[in-house]
Amino acid sequence: MTETVTTLSALIRGRRSRATRWRGIVTGLLAVLLAGIALTLMLGQSFTPPDVVARVLMGEQVPGAAFAVGQLRLPRAVVSVLAGLSFGLGGVAFQIMLRNPLASPDIIGVSAGSSAAAIFGIVFLSLDGASLFGLSIASGLAVALLIYGLSFKGGVAGSRLILVGIGISAMINSFIAYSLARAPSWDLQEAMRWLSGSVNGARLEQAGPMILSLIVFGGLVLTRSRALEALRMGEDMAAALGVSVGATRLSVMIGAVGMIAVATATTGPIAFVAFLSGPIAARIVGPNGSLLMPAALIGAGLVLLGDYAGQFLLPGRYPVGVVTGALGAPFLIYLIIRANRTGSAL
Amino acid sequence: MMATADRTGRPVRGSWRMTALPAMIAATVVLCLSSVAVGTRTIGLADLLAGMQGATDSIGQAAVAARVPRTLLAALAGSALGLSGAIMQGVTRNPLADPGILGINNGAALAVVIGIAWFQIGTASTYIWLAILGAGLTAVFVYAIGSVGRGGATPLKLALAGAATSVAFSSLTLAIVLPRNDIAGGVRSWQIGGVGGATWDRIELVLPVLLIGAAIAMMSARKLNLLALGDDLAAGLGEKVAFARGMASLGAIMLCGAATAICGPIGFVGLVVPHLCRLLFGVDHRWLLPCSALAGAALLILSDVIGRLIARPSELDVGIVTAFVGAPFFIWIVRRQRVRDL
Repeated sequence: MTETVTTLSALIRGRRSRATRWRGIVTGLLAVLLAGIALTLMLGQSFTPPDVVARVLMGEQVPGAAFAVGQLRLPRAVVSVLAGLSFGLGGVAFQIMLRNPLASPDIIGVSAGSSAAAIFGIVFLSLDGASLFGLSIASGLAVALLIYGLSFKGGVAGSRLILVGIGISAMINSFIAYSLARAPSWDLQEAMRWLSGSVNGARLEQAGPMILSLIVFGGLVLTRSRALEALRMGEDMAAALGVSVGATRLSVMIGAVGMIAVATATTGPIAFVAFLSGPIAARIVGPNGSLLMPAALIGAGLVLLGDYAGQFLLPGRYPVGVVTGALGAPFLIYLIIRANRTGSAL
Repeated sequence: MMATADRTGRPVRGSWRMTALPAMIAATVVLCLSSVAVGTRTIGLADLLAGMQGATDSIGQAAVAARVPRTLLAALAGSALGLSGAIMQGVTRNPLADPGILGINNGAALAVVIGIAWFQIGTASTYIWLAILGAGLTAVFVYAIGSVGRGGATPLKLALAGAATSVAFSSLTLAIVLPRNDIAGGVRSWQIGGVGGATWDRIELVLPVLLIGAAIAMMSARKLNLLALGDDLAAGLGEKVAFARGMASLGAIMLCGAATAICGPIGFVGLVVPHLCRLLFGVDHRWLLPCSALAGAALLILSDVIGRLIARPSELDVGIVTAFVGAPFFIWIVRRQRVRDL
């Protein structure tokens, strides 16, 4: 009897300490992110002291700083963070669901689907606002369902799904190339947004839809957090633990695609953020605790940092997607080698 | 998939080949002619014949003069890609191998862009060697990371390694090209492959490399047949397995690198063509390789003609068309495989 009690209390203690550790990590990441936001608001072509930034944020018209901080840096930081949260959370949800770090939406074509719809809407239908987001979400979902359907053959195998995704993604990318070629003027900046993602010209109004989508779609994914944790151990195990695998997959897919689609329609598919956030979070969090929140925060940090680096740290000015794409490449290769060697998920 | 029709002992395959091969040659010739005749402006027979003899008096004849090198380039690039795909599928014994899917074409494009941007390389003949170097390094790299771990280079691991590498490389290509206004206009040509800019000079440059590559490829046909039996059996039959792999790969890399240097990255030709040819001509590489070259030429010319017809009065780059033709085919192959084999 006492033995059971000690085992039990050890279990409880273990769980508590893991939960505390997890909370510590999330708080730490949040703090880093907030510090990053503060820094990007203060630093730019010129330095703005923190008190001036605070006054601008309170809505005061400070001569000389109101424009740089309020009109340029703030919208950029806000849009970066929101897009990063969306990509990070959506990406890690896919990776956990398909149990493969390489099965992120930017590699299997879901982001490309949203991006293609956004380009199509802008170039051919001259859409903007809600209808553009609607089209982008619908086509992201349609692509996700198409991939799911095409890989269905008496059950969906993760590996088949990924390969079908690669095929679909090649097709969509060439559609994107086609749409860009047909655009009235070959505007390199605009094209770059859709090829690799950029927060140039961010406006505060763009934040609204992304916040809404984070609440609705992000909420949908987060409520499935426990089921996703069970799926990390494999489909059979999850089913044995009482998780309804099909329903979880469907709602996670809708949630993740929704978030990614809205963010993609705003900033373009910022390269590798959806892909990198999950594995980085897994390195930091380890096996104990959900990866969803940490990955979202890391995604936000990546976009914020990548954009800052692209503007000020590198020779020449690059859109954020080029920075994350180029800097993400070595890490990506390390991950592939590691994933292949261990043959495991995240 | 590898089933041959002569499983029953009857020499079915031979008679098939004798009907399929002339049909394919005829189809290629017809496609070549239609590629010269059809486009934004359709050309009558008289102008066609005059233009072929070098006359450039009317607009039609001038169009013919521009379309002949284009058709020839499409044929050369198509056969190079088809041949190199057939070899890659043979060497890796992997049904999804293709210079586009494995990211090798993107690697070649990246190498050329690096050469232009950082080493002030401006001559097209150097592009070719750079592209071959890039293709070779990428091939080794992707195969190495794809074959780490359990099960060796499975289709899934190889395809993922290739897809990830090509995303990474096209990001790097963008990062290099973007701040350089002098070459930024050409971004598109390093992202999508096309045969629109064909000239006789370019063809002359690339032709020797393609011929050498094709010769190496043909010489390795027998070795590929032995490799198809499995490494152990091939070694038992006296084949130097590593040498055979290396030689066949060298041919494949020269072919797809040179094609990319001239046309930019064109995907899926190397995937689709060997599969179709295997259905028609069986698995013997001595037949498969030349037929893949022929079918590759036909497919790329066809894609180019389609691209010119559906987007009239402008045109669609051939790389876009091949992706739309090839990706569904890729998915079909994936669906046919058993999950265990992925």
